[in-house]
Amino acid sequence: MLGRRTLLLLLPLGLGLLAVIGWPLVQTVWLSFTDAQLGDATGNFVGLANYAHALRSHGFRHALQVTLTFSLSTVIIEMILGLLIGLLLDLPLRGRNILRGLLLIPWALPTVINAMAWRVIYNPDFGALNALLTQTGIIGAYRSWLGEPGVALTAIAAADIWKTFPFVALITLAGLQNVPRELKEAALIDGANAWGRFRAVILPAIITPLTIAAVLRIIDTIKVFDIIWIMTRGGPANATKSLSIMVYEQAFSFGNAGYGAAIALLSVAISVVLIGGYMRVSRAQPATA
Amino acid sequence: MTPLGRALGYLAMILVGIVVVTPLLWLVIMSVSSTRDLTSLPLHWIPQRLDFSRYHRLLSLATNSDGQIFLFALRNTLEVAAGAVVVSFLLAMPAAWLISRREGKLDRLLLLVVATYMLPPLLFVVPLYRILSGFSMLNSPWGLMIADSTIVLPFTTWLLKGGIDSIPAELEQAAAIDGANLWRIWIMITLPLARPIISTTILFGVLIVWDEFLYAMIFTSDQSAQTLTVVIADLANGRVSDYGLLATAGILAALPPVIIGIFLQRALVAGLTTGGVKG
Repeated sequence: MLGRRTLLLLLPLGLGLLAVIGWPLVQTVWLSFTDAQLGDATGNFVGLANYAHALRSHGFRHALQVTLTFSLSTVIIEMILGLLIGLLLDLPLRGRNILRGLLLIPWALPTVINAMAWRVIYNPDFGALNALLTQTGIIGAYRSWLGEPGVALTAIAAADIWKTFPFVALITLAGLQNVPRELKEAALIDGANAWGRFRAVILPAIITPLTIAAVLRIIDTIKVFDIIWIMTRGGPANATKSLSIMVYEQAFSFGNAGYGAAIALLSVAISVVLIGGYMRVSRAQPATA
Repeated sequence: MTPLGRALGYLAMILVGIVVVTPLLWLVIMSVSSTRDLTSLPLHWIPQRLDFSRYHRLLSLATNSDGQIFLFALRNTLEVAAGAVVVSFLLAMPAAWLISRREGKLDRLLLLVVATYMLPPLLFVVPLYRILSGFSMLNSPWGLMIADSTIVLPFTTWLLKGGIDSIPAELEQAAAIDGANLWRIWIMITLPLARPIISTTILFGVLIVWDEFLYAMIFTSDQSAQTLTVVIADLANGRVSDYGLLATAGILAALPPVIIGIFLQRALVAGLTTGGVKG
């Protein structure tokens, strides 16, 4: 039974969410069942045709593959690197506060600026990466890192990992710092081996923050748009065309608003499946989601 | 720690430091190098003389200059951020308080709000475009403010609820027994005690708007509403071939969020570590 005061307090948020999220969402779901074009208001009801078309089309499957490759590779590498560096920063070494401060910069850097910076670094004619690798003799001639279909996605993933592993490292470290020092020392004195100590003392302290970080990163990478748009716009030869880039292209370049909406909703479904799978694997308590 | 372990630890720290610093340092060097240095083969890593003219160019308001575009974008970004943050706070505060005080009974509601984060902005773009154009709010900071609220509002609710959790309800109950109404209780007790979480929430909202690109790109078209991310994306897409100018614009636009990030990280990391959202 909801009291009047309860309703009154929930009303502002409820109306706000309905206006900016609920109503547009309903419209998008409706659009996905129509053949609406960007310019005209409604379009005709076509049932599941957009979804069927997407699931059958080569373009969608390719974009799905690009998205999953990008998502899984960046999230896995970020989590491993972040975990290791978080553990490193918890050791009693001098200068760790300086390194911790430095890690904040990539984390706080806006994605668009990060993408722009790496695009300049990867530049095929004057880029710093080419200069560095040729001057040290690692490669013989300048390459077009973002222009070669086999390399472009890896180059973008590297830029994304550079920006995001610090986030994982920082929250790993914060989890570790919640463990009382006596507990860490006691485990050492008990003569538990490294793996035993990790499982008994370290893991319980970091599993919740790591799970949240992984879920957030999976969501972010399935949605990935900005960094790819700035660096390659989905090229070369569609090699970096993720689902979000495809949605944008369908809705705004080709004007297929209905088809674009269907692909966008399919990408949400993929997020849900991935996160559900991850939760099952990590056996995290439901309370940590 | 054994001496070997210590040495390996330092080695790893130095490696990580180099990986993090090198791209940033290069951005700074580019911003003060001459275009000739930046386009020479082999590349000149160290500028022959320091050239700060690009900073001057971007921070001066001459008509139709790069500086005007940049500074107008800065103004628009600040306007959109302020608007989205204030609106989100006013809408979210009552609900966040209620969810917190009902201790668990409304957590499903909070989870639903937070789950909207899973929805990609592209999902809202076409309907929002139609709504904004219906109200003639395309290419206006007000329209962009509404669009950005789709991202800021859920986060604001989540952070505020977590912060209010840590304010003892007994204090509010004592005031209620003394006959204060809810409005007075908020003004006298809850809001003053929630000041740290409110500032965290505000700064985090600013960070989100500063980062936002997709809506800004689609819903704005000129200097009257374009934000910094759109201007930088424009520059990167070849409107200038001066990489030093790109680097300078990037550094200037990144300074505020980096400073905010340094203030924020403790609060934000603490929220994540204790599992701010329980559902």
